[in-house]
Amino acid sequence: MRTLIFALFFGYIAAISGQVMASSEGIHLDDVEVDLSDKASLQRGAKTFVNYCLSCHQASYMRYNRMAKDLGLTDAQVKDNLMFASEKVGDTMTVAMRAEDAQKWFGVAPPDLSVISRSRGTAWLNTYLRTFFLDDTKPVGTNNLAFKDVGMPHILWKQQGYLTHDEETGHLSPASEGSLSKYDYDVMVADLVNFLAYIGEPSKIQRLELGKWVLLYLFLFFLVAYPMKKAFWRDIH
Amino acid sequence: MFSSLMGWVDARFPATKLWEEHLSKYYAPKNFNFWYFFGSLALLVLVMQIVTGIFLTMHYKPDAALAFASVEYIMRDVEWGWLIRYLHSTGASAFFIVVYLHMFRGLIYGSYKQPRELVWLFGMFLYLALMAEAFMGYLLPWGQMSFWGAQVIISLFGAIPFVGDQLALWIRGDFVVADATLNRFFAFHVIAVPLVILGLVVAHIIALHEVGSNNPDGVEIKKLKDKNGIPLDGIPFHPYYSVKDIVGVTVFLFIFSLVLFYAPEMDGWFLEHANFVPANPLKTPLHIAPVWYFTPFYAILRAVPSIAGSSFPGVVAMGLSIVFLFLLPWLDRSPVKSIRYRGIYFRTAIVLFVISFIGLGFLGTQPVTPLYTWLARIFSIIYFAFFILMPIYTKHDNDKPVPERVTFK
Repeated sequence: MRTLIFALFFGYIAAISGQVMASSEGIHLDDVEVDLSDKASLQRGAKTFVNYCLSCHQASYMRYNRMAKDLGLTDAQVKDNLMFASEKVGDTMTVAMRAEDAQKWFGVAPPDLSVISRSRGTAWLNTYLRTFFLDDTKPVGTNNLAFKDVGMPHILWKQQGYLTHDEETGHLSPASEGSLSKYDYDVMVADLVNFLAYIGEPSKIQRLELGKWVLLYLFLFFLVAYPMKKAFWRDIH
Repeated sequence: MFSSLMGWVDARFPATKLWEEHLSKYYAPKNFNFWYFFGSLALLVLVMQIVTGIFLTMHYKPDAALAFASVEYIMRDVEWGWLIRYLHSTGASAFFIVVYLHMFRGLIYGSYKQPRELVWLFGMFLYLALMAEAFMGYLLPWGQMSFWGAQVIISLFGAIPFVGDQLALWIRGDFVVADATLNRFFAFHVIAVPLVILGLVVAHIIALHEVGSNNPDGVEIKKLKDKNGIPLDGIPFHPYYSVKDIVGVTVFLFIFSLVLFYAPEMDGWFLEHANFVPANPLKTPLHIAPVWYFTPFYAILRAVPSIAGSSFPGVVAMGLSIVFLFLLPWLDRSPVKSIRYRGIYFRTAIVLFVISFIGLGFLGTQPVTPLYTWLARIFSIIYFAFFILMPIYTKHDNDKPVPERVTFK
């Protein structure tokens, strides 16, 4: 009986864990490793982000000086190399483009990217950024496998080149050369996704760091608490 | 010095009396097992929710234009804000896990039975208050799931004939979930419902300490007492169960910390992915699911077919699914409390009940398909049959004889 009850409870937990984020287009998503301790990758991602994303998208909850601290950069380095849209290093990553203008130009206001990695997931972002293809029927000339009829044009076309989509096989094939090899482009996107994961939850760095110590403390405390219980209960029969 | 100080206090306030009645001379059965940790753990989580809630309130903005950003502000700019917020959000799910296990304990050991009916009723009202607290709290981050979850649940009131639309409007304070709704839910979440919960916790514990705790054998330890009037199978709660609960708390906090520090979103089960998108009244998410702890009841709601285009029958079924839990002390006709001495009917019924409850919980998270709808209907029928047939199968069960004393190794 008892075993059965335990099996039911823990079976349930096993059954529900691993709920996956559904891709609205139902395509396979290529996941990418997120490593917030890889400062070089985060710095490269930050560079791509401020150069290509931060002209239309904001990350309005993310502060430049917080990024400097977490990425191992000085405020001056960030100011000189990564700050084009703001004045003060304590500012958040906002852009000057007005939402009404964006609505007019792209049909939709570009979403804030602060927590996009938490709503979409890193696998989706990694897939989305690599599956733009030429589509004459769209105003911007491109479409996307992960996000059908997306209003955003293929911003990184210079690096990746353009792709075409074979309706029958579903494959993407190059239509023009980009400045980066396929491998280098994938690395660029992986770094960018890593950076987006970072700005989604900057405190994750502290969270993972603190967790070890809390668990260690609780383990040591257990080594005291359990013998204490045993000692008190010795005379109960 | 200390005793004279206590004497001064005791002449004016029953401090020593309270300490003795509820801790040092409250005699609890000595055979409590694993399932008896969850009451004290529920109290621990309640305190944690209140303390973290106070600090969140210092930084959170209950304003539809500011709420989402203020949560991200807490996560990024407030010192230790991320820890306080995750303690609170993980604590919400932990509260339900602990409370469901606590209720399950009551179910298998018959803790709701005479003379503990009021302990059970106060507990059920606590569970209702906890659901209200969680539901209103979930609106506050003002994400897509906050918004649309509240929209769906409040619209259930709209299914009530004649007064429904007016009632839903009155609850929201607007024609859709909006700033007015957020403001009033904030008021209920931070003060009204917590006050009710605290009052009920006191009533729950006073009622329990009046009649004494049940135990895994379902034996009344007060029947057999020594010459000092102390139950033979009873031990003082303090220090025996206080030191034991410290061990339980340590293990609980270890598991809790694993989630808190390494999987606070629990893969979308504790913090849903869609809730990282700010609430947008113009954009309905493809799939709206309540947080996991409500899904069994949500599945019952969806399982009942509409009549004449009204989902009212489903709403009634969902309400009844909780009402039946209140009636448990009067539905159970067996003279035996604990599952250890119950017959095959009750044992079978409880296994089927657990399977259907968990099955409904799973189905409530999934999009509707014909297969899932039929499964939900079957599970709903089992769920209700467990209660409706209980007077019959508990009366005619082949219960085993209950021992005089508790079993203790």
